[in-house]
Amino acid sequence: MHELPVTKSILGIVLRHAEAEGVAKVLAVDLAIGALSDLEGEWLQSYFDHLSRGTLAEGAQLRVHRSPLTFLCEPCSGEYTSTREELDNAACPLCGSRDGSIVGGTAYTVESMEAQ
Amino acid sequence: MSDVTLINIKEEILAENKELAAQLRAGLDDKGVFLVNFMSSPGSGKTSLIVQTLGHLRDTYRIAVIEGDVDSAVDAERVAGEGVPAVQIKTGGSCHLTAAMVEKGLGALSLGTLDLLFLENIGNLICPVGSDTGAHLNVALLSVPEGDDKPLKYPRIFQTADAFVVNKTDVMDHFDFDLETFKGRIRRLNPDAPVFEVSCKTGQGIDLWCDWLETRVERRGA
Repeated sequence: MHELPVTKSILGIVLRHAEAEGVAKVLAVDLAIGALSDLEGEWLQSYFDHLSRGTLAEGAQLRVHRSPLTFLCEPCSGEYTSTREELDNAACPLCGSRDGSIVGGTAYTVESMEAQ
Repeated sequence: MSDVTLINIKEEILAENKELAAQLRAGLDDKGVFLVNFMSSPGSGKTSLIVQTLGHLRDTYRIAVIEGDVDSAVDAERVAGEGVPAVQIKTGGSCHLTAAMVEKGLGALSLGTLDLLFLENIGNLICPVGSDTGAHLNVALLSVPEGDDKPLKYPRIFQTADAFVVNKTDVMDHFDFDLETFKGRIRRLNPDAPVFEVSCKTGQGIDLWCDWLETRVERRGA
């Protein structure tokens, strides 16, 4: 249930920026979450709805943007994307090699928010 | 109705925890204490590995243990039975240790009298990941009965740990666990991390793991 402390952190960041900008209401929050990160948008939203009651962010919609799992191919230096489900089989489409290191898919950030 | 504005934020969600963890690490560096965070599923053998490691290294280093537990003292009592200082942090339901919890644990120890500190995280392959504890070394443990597919199911922990220990190798013949498949999956996620094969029950492989750990402890502060 790590969504709860994570949601608290998200709300803290959102409210800090909302107050600094002097907004009346936060409408939406954009999150970048990597494909490798375990975070369920549905649970996030329900915790957020609960925690944000009575704050500037009450009713704000959380929009989770999943950044793809990205590999850098060792032999040919090409970049390619894959999915968690294909983790075991992911291979470079250019040279076929399976030797690559993960360079994307681990984001865990609050990107921006829409406010009035 | 006022206009909708887009406010750029670009902040890491767990930045606050990360900052506190960095402060804890710096404080430990000042005192020459090396902190090792052990993570795994429940029942993989974190406490057993800690007890075995204590047995090998306690004559070389002054060691203490911080035990994270949701709501029991079973592990802390077992470690205290080994005669080393043991502190228990009850998370009260929380599924992982945060830097703030570790800070409390550190406050209960006299760090000036220690070289090495073990932190047993909550048994869980998901939640402890990404929550920096201030440790210098993050070790993920997996036991043979859990299966060699765990890197596929919980890739983040296998991608971020610094070293891996496969425990319960003494029962390898009774399970479908394929060590080479497992190592291949780890290499894919984390090419540089070493994998140690041990049995905390028979003691097999513990010396290799402890030798390696010792090289890391010796480099502390460097």
